[in-house]
Amino acid sequence: MTDRANETRTVTVEREMPHPPEKIWRALTQPHLIAEWLMRTDFQPVAGQGFSFSAEWGAVEGRVLEVEPHRTLSYTWEAMGLESVITWTLTPTAGGTLLRMEQTGFRPDQDQAYNGARFGWQRFFSNLEALLERTQ
Amino acid sequence: MTPQPHDILFRTLADPTRRAIFERLCRDGDQTVGALTAQAGVSQPAVSKHLAVLKQAGLVRDRHEGRQTHYSARLDALTPLTDWASRMTRFWESRFDNLEDLLKRMDQ
Repeated sequence: MTDRANETRTVTVEREMPHPPEKIWRALTQPHLIAEWLMRTDFQPVAGQGFSFSAEWGAVEGRVLEVEPHRTLSYTWEAMGLESVITWTLTPTAGGTLLRMEQTGFRPDQDQAYNGARFGWQRFFSNLEALLERTQ
Repeated sequence: MTPQPHDILFRTLADPTRRAIFERLCRDGDQTVGALTAQAGVSQPAVSKHLAVLKQAGLVRDRHEGRQTHYSARLDALTPLTDWASRMTRFWESRFDNLEDLLKRMDQ
């Protein structure tokens, strides 16, 4: 029922990987490792720290929002004129780690407003979803 | 960089009051500025200003009827949000593949 709402509101990619959270955390936070799977960067896992990612197609500017080692990492992601928020969540499983990436596309004008704004979007899109179901 | 269509939509709808007005138009169909003001909790000039921004982003259309202007939502304008989501999903799926390859190499 919420498939279309999810698709519109956020991008979520989730995969279980046969590796411990500590190891995945290193790949998510160490610049020389990030460069191997994502983009060249001067990233540092320190809240408030600005960084940039660069690739042949352009650059991404960001700022670290939240760091909880081996569990959660979030940062802003500004590319192509759109500022969004990326949140990585690592959950230990029997066989390794469930890695989840959620990208929410909106501008959090201030950190304090972040959760409120996010819930606002969720309600907005679920209402919209209900409306589209009624009209189609 | 040039603003993309989805960027304009996100920026336009990031304001909670404006989003509430758009939502109301989606839910209840055509409305006049007066009817929208009665529920918006802000002044009529403020509502008119929000409607102008929504109109500029292509999210609402207006229709003049006598001395009244009726506003309605254009749901088709939300398509770039869906397009953005599918583009980003493809991007992250391929990065997850790269990450898995890297994690295998890190075993050594």
